[in-house]
Amino acid sequence: MNSVSQEVVLDSQPINFQPLKERGQREVFCGLTGIIWLHRKIQDAFFLVVGSRTCAHLIQSAAGVMIFAEPRFATAIIDDRDLAGLADANDELDKVVKQLLDRRPDIKLLFLVGSCPSEVIKLDLSRAAQRLGKTFAPKVRILNYSGSGIETTFTQGEDACLAALVQDLPKSTESNQADELDLLVVGCLADVVEDQFSRIFKDLGLKSFAFFPPRESTQKIVVGPKTKYLLAQPFLTDTARFLENLGAQRIAAPFPLGVEGTEKWFLAAAKELGVSADTFEKVIAPQRERAKKSLEPHREILKGKSIFFFPDSQLEIPLARYLNRELGMNLMEVGVPYLHRQHMAEELAMLDPKTQLAEGQNVENQLDRCREQQPDMVVCGLGLANPLEAEGFTTKWSIELVFTPIQGFNQAADLAELFARPLTRKNKLMMVEAA
Amino acid sequence: MKLTLWTYEGPPHVGAMRIATAMDKVHYVLHAPQGDTYADLLFTMIERMKKRPPVTYTTFQARDLGSDTAELFKDAARTAYARFQPDLLMVGASCTAELIQDDPGGLAAALDLPVPILPLELPAYQKKENWGAAETFYQMVRLLGQDHVLPPGQQRAARAAGAKPSCNILGPTALGFRHRDDVQEISRLLRELGIEVNVVAPLGANPADIARLYEADFNVNLYPETANTAATWMTRSFGQPSTKSIPIGFKGTQAFITEVCQLAGIECDVQKFSQSSKARWYALSVDSTYLTNKRVFIFGDATHAIAAAKVAAHEMGFKVVGLGTYSRELAREVREAAAELGLEAMITDDYLEVEAKITELQPELILGTQMERHIAKRLQIPCAVISSPVHVQDFPARYSPQMGFEGACVLFDSWVHPLMMGLEEHLIGMFRGDFEFHEGAMPSHLGHSSAPMKAETGGAGAGAEQITAPNLNLGNKTLAWETDAEKELNKIPFFVRGKARRNTEKYAVEQGLLSITLETLYDAKAHFKS
Repeated sequence: MNSVSQEVVLDSQPINFQPLKERGQREVFCGLTGIIWLHRKIQDAFFLVVGSRTCAHLIQSAAGVMIFAEPRFATAIIDDRDLAGLADANDELDKVVKQLLDRRPDIKLLFLVGSCPSEVIKLDLSRAAQRLGKTFAPKVRILNYSGSGIETTFTQGEDACLAALVQDLPKSTESNQADELDLLVVGCLADVVEDQFSRIFKDLGLKSFAFFPPRESTQKIVVGPKTKYLLAQPFLTDTARFLENLGAQRIAAPFPLGVEGTEKWFLAAAKELGVSADTFEKVIAPQRERAKKSLEPHREILKGKSIFFFPDSQLEIPLARYLNRELGMNLMEVGVPYLHRQHMAEELAMLDPKTQLAEGQNVENQLDRCREQQPDMVVCGLGLANPLEAEGFTTKWSIELVFTPIQGFNQAADLAELFARPLTRKNKLMMVEAA
Repeated sequence: MKLTLWTYEGPPHVGAMRIATAMDKVHYVLHAPQGDTYADLLFTMIERMKKRPPVTYTTFQARDLGSDTAELFKDAARTAYARFQPDLLMVGASCTAELIQDDPGGLAAALDLPVPILPLELPAYQKKENWGAAETFYQMVRLLGQDHVLPPGQQRAARAAGAKPSCNILGPTALGFRHRDDVQEISRLLRELGIEVNVVAPLGANPADIARLYEADFNVNLYPETANTAATWMTRSFGQPSTKSIPIGFKGTQAFITEVCQLAGIECDVQKFSQSSKARWYALSVDSTYLTNKRVFIFGDATHAIAAAKVAAHEMGFKVVGLGTYSRELAREVREAAAELGLEAMITDDYLEVEAKITELQPELILGTQMERHIAKRLQIPCAVISSPVHVQDFPARYSPQMGFEGACVLFDSWVHPLMMGLEEHLIGMFRGDFEFHEGAMPSHLGHSSAPMKAETGGAGAGAEQITAPNLNLGNKTLAWETDAEKELNKIPFFVRGKARRNTEKYAVEQGLLSITLETLYDAKAHFKS
């Protein structure tokens, strides 16, 4: 079999971007927010935050607009008595977990999620998870990760959660080496995207692959030295590290956003797993052509428009790359909460070298720059979106990009539409002159 | 540690934010970790505000904990003052910052800023949102009103001859349930009565307005949860009496009119003012007869729960079967209101307790908060929202006060809406197994398909049955339903079936029966009807 001969083509030598590094007020979510989508992805899991009333309030303010007959997350609220002594806090936690599992005997996987207060008082939740795990085995697995704001920003909560799941994977041994996966696709994807990717991998001739996290926490996944992993999301620093500890190797690729990103993502995997160039072209070409066509109407709207990103999820760089190269948008500042140069290398190589990257945040200064540059579109969080709209800006609220199927060929146009929609809406409501 | 599925209130610093955000020319510097800025969304999204809340967060991260977080706070306070130039600077800590004990008050005082500083001590592990709002408002009123405190023993000067009576309206905040429209409704009512509104605070006020509060003759305490502490201090310090009645419902509004006129020393014809209320006639019209004695459970903040209980019992003709609040500060008032209805009040902030109580009572309607909606969905009981906490749908675009005569109309419409309409209720009771209007279909006016309401399958909520099943204490006996009795029970309309099941079982236990037959079912029915 002749494997794919194309390199992941880079249009230019990697640029050594010098991001603007700022300290100051950061207008971002903490990692606890990941629970909002993780609880839907892993349906038999329950997320118990150990924290303060603030943590409980955060999650219900975000998710509480939906009405839950059966909630899948809760908070063990620390009170004065717990702050007095640690031993006592562990007893208290045991009581709460027992109460919860009595109420919900259907829970198979319980995450004890650390928060700022629990981290500051050094409550050792990993030991608590081990201790409780013994008590409730084999019915319930109990794991721990931290979603605290002092350690994690928004999507890093997913990273921490998946890293905990990876550490709980069975070790690859002589006896189960045969079950070792060839390919593991890592990062929460919408079910529909997963299904599409699954079909493409099958058409490429891959047999031994899986998605992580699995939809059911009981699904068997064996990772070992044979396994290559492909990141579907750009914010999985720790998850990747723990996969490597199991012997798995990362397939370097840009992220599957837009037609180009998706193709290069699949190409990197195909090359690594010995898919022939012919097969690859046969499978991918029709998808690619259809997706390219689907972008056209959105390109009409977005072409030549300038865009400014406030930091949020680490999706900013791949999104900027896609909007610039495939839809003709002009990049102003691209803010990221955190920049992982190795995971982002393929993306940075495709990014317009004139782009101003900004890592970290001083929100007031960044707002000043945004007002000065007057972009046609601002990508920002919901704390800033309406106030900026009221100032006359057109915004695209960034959180939606985490809650929407945006990866892959068939979603390339949906992703474009997310950005075109606010501009179209402004036109429809006659707030700006039709271009 | 306490297992909390849903919390009725946020932490106290959110209460302080509600005060700052309600006002102009105030800024709040909050020592808090990265991520606590989620609270901005409460205002920009849930309340759809056009401005960012006037809050600067230090947003420290783990790497800052090793260094000087106090310095970080001072920087934040300095730059916030320089940028926003407020007339008053509030400083405080969130729950995590409380643990690292940097003393924001002391640090801010040391900065020597040319502006009054209001240091806030809000114990996050003991107190909650409304307390935080009340404490913040009280401390602010004290700080800015200190020059006008009457010397001990001195009475308030009488109103100048010919001057109009005036009052302040106290308590409305940002993120308050219908505060925007309540203020409009009550301000208009007061104007019509010939009473001037001196200051509305905190909503829309600035620090200079707060300093003018002493000028009014009396205070209208619209929301005791946030205004009680300040109003009490003003009674003591400025000699201003404050209102006790809450103008919610037709009769509540009448009582309020009587009270403010008495405080203002003016005559008024309450009946004349009442004519504009349609709510009264709607409740009296025959279409509402079927509402009589519908069993309703009420939970919310104390003010709204008490008012709703009065409206439900005396204006709608419902039977209040449960009344409770999460507002511990006003527990006594709720206990009194419950006692008047022959009930014992539930004072709890534990969602699970509320859920258990509703499950036990099986009411036909729940009047509660956003949290009771979750319970109502699970138990398939109609539900309307009467109190915070609420979500985005309860900050509506349209005029929707709860207070005054217009508020009474809003209450009538929104409480009756989730109930099945009279004709449909009759026909469901008469004929079963209709292909469209079958047993367990949602009320057709709510526009749902006729899919069954009860999912018979397990799935994610498989654990639910355990709780919805009654757990009567039977000692070591088990109580079984015979098949035909079970079938007969299912002929009872679903909205009263839960109650019928419990009553029958209770009756069987009292009679020492081990199984429930058709006869037991009807014996129980007769027993409880008598």
